Amino acid sequence: MKWTRAVLPPVIVGVLAIVAWELTVSLGRIAPFILPAPSAIWKELVAQRQNVWEAALASGTNALIGLIAGAALGILVAMAASRFKPLTEVSIPFAAVLNALPIIALAPILNNMFESTSSIPRRLVTAIIVFFPVFVNTLRGLREVNPIHQELMRTYAASGWTFSVKVRLPGALPYVFTGLRQASSLAVIAAVVAEYFGGLQTGLGSRITSAAAFTAYPRAWAFVIGACLLGLVFYLTTLLLERLAMPWRTRLIA
Amino acid sequence: MSAVVVDKVTKTFNRGRTDEVTALSEVDLTVADGELVSLIGPSGCGKSTLLRLIADLIQPSTGTVTVAGQSAGQARKEQAYGIAFQQAGLFEWRTVLRNVELPLELRGLSKRERKARAEEMLTLVGLEDFAGHYPAQLSGGMQQRVAIARALAVQPPLLLMDEPFGALDEMTRERLQSELLGICTQTGTSTVFVTHSISEAVFLSNRVVVMSARPGRITASITVDLPSRDDAGRQSPAFFEKITEVRQALRGTPAAAPPPRASEGAAAGTDAR
Ligand SMILES: Nc1ncnc2c1ncn2[C@@H]1O[C@H](COP(=O)(O)OP(=O)(O)O)[C@@H](O)[C@H]1O
Ligand SMILES: [Mg+2]
Repeated sequence: MKWTRAVLPPVIVGVLAIVAWELTVSLGRIAPFILPAPSAIWKELVAQRQNVWEAALASGTNALIGLIAGAALGILVAMAASRFKPLTEVSIPFAAVLNALPIIALAPILNNMFESTSSIPRRLVTAIIVFFPVFVNTLRGLREVNPIHQELMRTYAASGWTFSVKVRLPGALPYVFTGLRQASSLAVIAAVVAEYFGGLQTGLGSRITSAAAFTAYPRAWAFVIGACLLGLVFYLTTLLLERLAMPWRTRLIA
Repeated sequence: MSAVVVDKVTKTFNRGRTDEVTALSEVDLTVADGELVSLIGPSGCGKSTLLRLIADLIQPSTGTVTVAGQSAGQARKEQAYGIAFQQAGLFEWRTVLRNVELPLELRGLSKRERKARAEEMLTLVGLEDFAGHYPAQLSGGMQQRVAIARALAVQPPLLLMDEPFGALDEMTRERLQSELLGICTQTGTSTVFVTHSISEAVFLSNRVVVMSARPGRITASITVDLPSRDDAGRQSPAFFEKITEVRQALRGTPAAAPPPRASEGAAAGTDAR
């Protein structure tokens, strides 16, 4: 009951949007290179499903490796930075400025640093992009400790290590997951877009560019749909992990 | 040996700045072993500050605090006291049971001992059915009871409590008062109990210490000796006499007026707020 009430409205809106799209394209006679009809995209998606699946797997692997590496680094650096107050003060504005830079622009440069068959530049770009949201959020979480918790642990004569493990880290977990949620979507975007700049032709990004180059627009859109689904899978998996890691949270997105 | 000796303690916050506050001025307080002392006074008079000084959560500007014959800092390191604050301060990622277990965990008790003791304490505060719940699933009063169970779990020789029953309904409050008294007399625990309820102070205490504000200082120390500390004790003339005496001390008028008879006292409000 509660579940259907949460799921039904977006589904209805989604179906209506697709119907409106189909009608607009067919009745308005919009050229297919501007916007193909959903039915045409769907036909391509079914025909190309094996290719879409393989391309999604290739891009997904890059996104996952980049996500794990960037997130692990972000968490570790945040932990190190939170140990030293001056470092924290410096690193937050620094990270914010770096975060505002279009890091994806590094992709062609990184591509030239490695062999053309290497997946490493894509994973690197992904890891760098993922690093910032995870780092900034984790650091904020580590810094915000309930003062009563701090005093209680003092009365228990807890060591710095015990305090970190039992209070600081679990207290920061909601913030870490806020960062990871942002990072999971970013990872897929980064991995796909990084493929636009050449290199291996296995992933969704390179399939999109080559289909577009052959003016096969419905096919390009079929791969775009694949990229959307891949991003969704990453995001939902992160939500699931969040649920499992924090059973005390009663609301999913707080 | 006294459980707590506070000797000529002055506490000034933000010293030398424009927002300097003298929270306590030349305070002397001795709590004998096994004694239950209540601190009562208008809000802002430094009750919490005094309690936190005893707990070594803050340091006195001048004067010394001795707990169980040691410096307050040493006593804290040896975990010589249990403490409950105004806010429950539970760890939201731990279940109720694991919250109560935490101080035991840090003392290195085995898993089995910890669980048994924590369950015992939860039964005491009437929350044995909520052991597996998370704090967010509990009402404010229930959370406060968990915090009290946590403070009692280590069975400390000294209990420091800062308005622990303030958020509870009257029924629970009276039950927990009796439970606390039972524990303290059974185990010989010394207790410093901050409250703003006159009746609570009189009912619980061997001694009620009355404080005044700006700067915080002790203005009276009233020894209470009720015939019994149960429902009969709550009805006794001695109980109402002491309530009047504390109220007058709080107002700053000398206790010259004759104490009212029990029937009149019963109708009077007993809250210091
Ligand atoms: N950490 C602090 N910094 C500055 N002033 C404080 C601090 N703690 C308490 N005070 C001040 O000390 C006085 C006594 O506070 P407190 O002990 O909390 O009073 P009570 O518990 O009796 O209501 C108040 O004026 C309060 O503003
Ligand atoms: Mg207070």
